[in-house]
Amino acid sequence: MLTKRTTTRRTLLYVIGALALAGGSASANEELNKLSQDPNQWVMPTGDYANHRHSTLAQINGSNVKDLRPVWTFSTGVLRGHEGAPLVVGDIMYVHTPFPNTVFALDLNNQGKIIWKYQPTQDPNVIPVMCCDTVNRGVAYGDGKIILDQADATVVALDAKTGQVVWSVKNGDPAKGETMTSAPMVVKDKVLVGISGGEFGVQGRLTAYNLKDGKQVWKASTVGPDDQILFDPEKTTVLGKPVGKNSSVATWQGDQWKIGGGGTWGWYSYDPKLNLVYYGTGNPSTWNPHQRPGDNKWSMSIIARNPDTGVAKWVYQMTPHDEWDYDGVNEMILADIDVMGKPTKALVHFDRNGFAYTLDRETGALLVAEKYDPAVNWANKVDVKTGLPDRVAAMSTEKEDHNVKGICPAALGSKDEQPGSFDPKSGLFYVPTNHVCMDYDPFAVSYTAGQPYVGSTLSMYPGPGGNLGNFIAYDAGKGKIVWTDKEPFSVWSGALTTDGGVGFYGTLEGYLKAVDLKTGKELYSFKTPSGIIGNVMTYSHGGKQYVAVLSGVGGWAGIGMAAGLTKSTDGLGAVGAYEQLSSYTQLGGVMTVFALP
Amino acid sequence: MVLRFSARSGVAAIGFFVLCTTPALAEDPPYTIKDGKVEIHVYNGYRRYGDGCMRCHGPDGAGSSYAPDLTASLKRLSEDQFKETVINGRQNLANGQDKVMPAFGTVPDVVNYLDDIYAYLKARSDGKLPRGRPERYDDN
Repeated sequence: MLTKRTTTRRTLLYVIGALALAGGSASANEELNKLSQDPNQWVMPTGDYANHRHSTLAQINGSNVKDLRPVWTFSTGVLRGHEGAPLVVGDIMYVHTPFPNTVFALDLNNQGKIIWKYQPTQDPNVIPVMCCDTVNRGVAYGDGKIILDQADATVVALDAKTGQVVWSVKNGDPAKGETMTSAPMVVKDKVLVGISGGEFGVQGRLTAYNLKDGKQVWKASTVGPDDQILFDPEKTTVLGKPVGKNSSVATWQGDQWKIGGGGTWGWYSYDPKLNLVYYGTGNPSTWNPHQRPGDNKWSMSIIARNPDTGVAKWVYQMTPHDEWDYDGVNEMILADIDVMGKPTKALVHFDRNGFAYTLDRETGALLVAEKYDPAVNWANKVDVKTGLPDRVAAMSTEKEDHNVKGICPAALGSKDEQPGSFDPKSGLFYVPTNHVCMDYDPFAVSYTAGQPYVGSTLSMYPGPGGNLGNFIAYDAGKGKIVWTDKEPFSVWSGALTTDGGVGFYGTLEGYLKAVDLKTGKELYSFKTPSGIIGNVMTYSHGGKQYVAVLSGVGGWAGIGMAAGLTKSTDGLGAVGAYEQLSSYTQLGGVMTVFALP
Repeated sequence: MVLRFSARSGVAAIGFFVLCTTPALAEDPPYTIKDGKVEIHVYNGYRRYGDGCMRCHGPDGAGSSYAPDLTASLKRLSEDQFKETVINGRQNLANGQDKVMPAFGTVPDVVNYLDDIYAYLKARSDGKLPRGRPERYDDN
């Protein structure tokens, strides 16, 4: 009781403080944009609007990083897979968890003491409706609020100082398989949120809510009629040409688009100068391509939209008529780089399908598309003029009840949601990747609302060489891999680069690793309590630089990987028993914070 | 709570078999395997498992970081208990587990092939079928 009363009193003070700070609240965007450029804080799940995941902090550098050590830790009390990263806004760190989606505000001035804790009450029946574990990729901050996407598709805004609910809105129906796992993004006076459920036949969409009161402003579906997908047949372009009328519906048979999928569960980025938000769309439902003839637009696409109206400026579909579950939701990194020798406002995207795409982010023109793992074999190349992949017929899964062997990458993709990082100093991209191949066997399934709508069974195994993952440096202007660090398991952790010349990532065994950005040489590693599928972040407090990461194995990486994969198939390199991840690590959500002595 | 109940009923079931139905112990397994190859029902079970169950229980019934290893579970559960669990679901929310098995009772792609799914998993559990995609002996 005493604590409660004290908290309330303190709360009031904080609220007044927050109000004073927020002032006229001219634009949350300006405030956020400014905060995101302060390297002492980490105010967005993506680091900044451009998704660089880069920090100009340089106290920790190539020569002293070997002395790094954990300085404090925090158990979240949750066992499931911990994706995403904490935020640091001012003197407070915000830590989120998978279902039940607890949010903690920790006081950095008081050894991480819990200022407030928010734990929603959610129907546990949402758990099995979540494809691939109950992960959550983090909270967003804007205008004195913390925004959380709950598993049960509720979006809630919490007072950043007190944890009190400011508003709450339903963004979907778990009974139909609609759930939320992604991190929201605050743009201007709006909150942008996606939806998960491609394995349940949902109609994917991006939705904008008022940051102030949670009122819905616009909703843009991935599949459907023009007025639902917010495409202007004349003004929305694909590779420079107008998309025309019914660009989505015309690519589906009958009403199939209504259960067409195209989830929006990845990351979002924003270019304030061009006033465009960018994101990718997920797989068409089902995984059995035979059941859904057509290109299935605009699943598997990159879309650029105006955040005020939601109307699309341009679109590009990477994998028309997907046959392998290569969701297009991975992050869009906005970087001004030289592309083939020409300074370009680029968008760089490492897709699940194994190709890294470099586009002009203003026009949507495709400039470079190259494999970022040489193992990729479902397509020979991508024609940058037509945008079409040159598909390998033998890797097609179009024929029902026919097992196609040796497809690389596996459905996990050459990379999944684990975000890469851009280092403006080197101009290179640092990317955590999977190196897994599969056999794919599609068959007919029926649709039942709220039930899995998958229609394929697959076996996965390590790619050529026998390792399951790599951490790579990539030149997106030239389409070339610069260096590759092999990892025994998929690298399912978001990367961080710093001006100290050091890059960081986590491994499924639980190691936090620091590498030299020039050479990829490992400079430091520490084994955290559980496998890392979270993203590494950095901040400084009291003049000292810290590096933090959530560990807690799980997610899509926890499926199969936790139990071990089947042995490698003949002809694909390493054969023999595959060592189980469970021999290295066990469950448990813990945040570990590192610093120099 | 749920777990304790199942364990007790498991013991009760064994007791029942020993006392009354000795022939039941010699009952044929629900699968046929010749030279490491399976017949169509087991194969179909493998595929339907891939559709409805693998997302959580992992490839080959081997479990994941968030759902149990079914090759181990079927060493404890009877066929009836297995089917009851699939049809009605179960929850284990204790100790931060947050484990929820949905009820598949009205899902045709699962219920219509429940015998096949059981046969496949039982063969895996009995150690008669290795991991990976089984080969059929009654087809190419």
